Amino acid sequence: MNSVGEACTDMKREYDQCFNRWFAEKFLKGDQGGDPCTESFTRYQRCVQTAIKEKDIPVDGVEFMGPNKDKPES
Amino acid sequence: MVKYFCSNADIRSAWDHVVAAFWQRYPNPFSTHVLTEDVVYREVTADHRLLSRRLLMKTNRLPRWAERIFPSGMSRCVYIIEDSIVDPVNRKLTTYTWNLNHTTLMSVEERCIFQDSAEQPASTQMRREAWISSNVYGVSRPIQEFGLARFKSNQVKAMKGLEYALSNIQGETPQRPLRDPVKAKGVAKSLASAASVPQKPPQYV
Repeated sequence: MNSVGEACTDMKREYDQCFNRWFAEKFLKGDQGGDPCTESFTRYQRCVQTAIKEKDIPVDGVEFMGPNKDKPES
Repeated sequence: MVKYFCSNADIRSAWDHVVAAFWQRYPNPFSTHVLTEDVVYREVTADHRLLSRRLLMKTNRLPRWAERIFPSGMSRCVYIIEDSIVDPVNRKLTTYTWNLNHTTLMSVEERCIFQDSAEQPASTQMRREAWISSNVYGVSRPIQEFGLARFKSNQVKAMKGLEYALSNIQGETPQRPLRDPVKAKGVAKSLASAASVPQKPPQYV
């Protein structure tokens, strides 16, 4: 899958591979140990956040789960 | 006016597999309208929940009558945010998705909750809710109907995409359709209105 920043796709894939492995083998099993993906994540984020700013995508300042606040509990 | 849509479905896979597949569902044969996918925020909280934000860019396919109304200069792409919380202790995945742009034309918000099925062992129950509204004066009703039709069509694609990712993870042949893998029952209604759901929504996908 491509990144919104064309130059970031390889970094994204590298991070995704690391994350998927950690997620299934460690996180879901309750392993509270360190996150092995911080380096690849940082590299990827540096690239993608630049692309987001360049393309003026209005993600900044959007509150986590923002609109969910107005919704009744499921 | 807001149209509300709600459905429940049973996925014949364990919750752990469903959650893993959730991160791996793009690309899939049913997601050609999804152009890019990026994780833009991620955090493991002190109580061991995973918070994530994904930014998706999708094509914006409009029926011809809507294309005539809306300026051709309008971006063909829709930016969508998908925020999610994975709680591995309570075995619950909650996702909230909404579009960042084209909100005057249409706002689609969707909340999904994935949990262990109460009835079927090794199955996952998915509850999906959507709120669809349009602010464009004079044409908002047809736009909302279109939005609901497209949402339902995308919902089918999204489930097929998730099944595809699940079969990849579980090592089955993706081409062979899983028998009755997802049983979905859906309900749509207009909030604050007695308008009925259209019989045969046109397919603009």
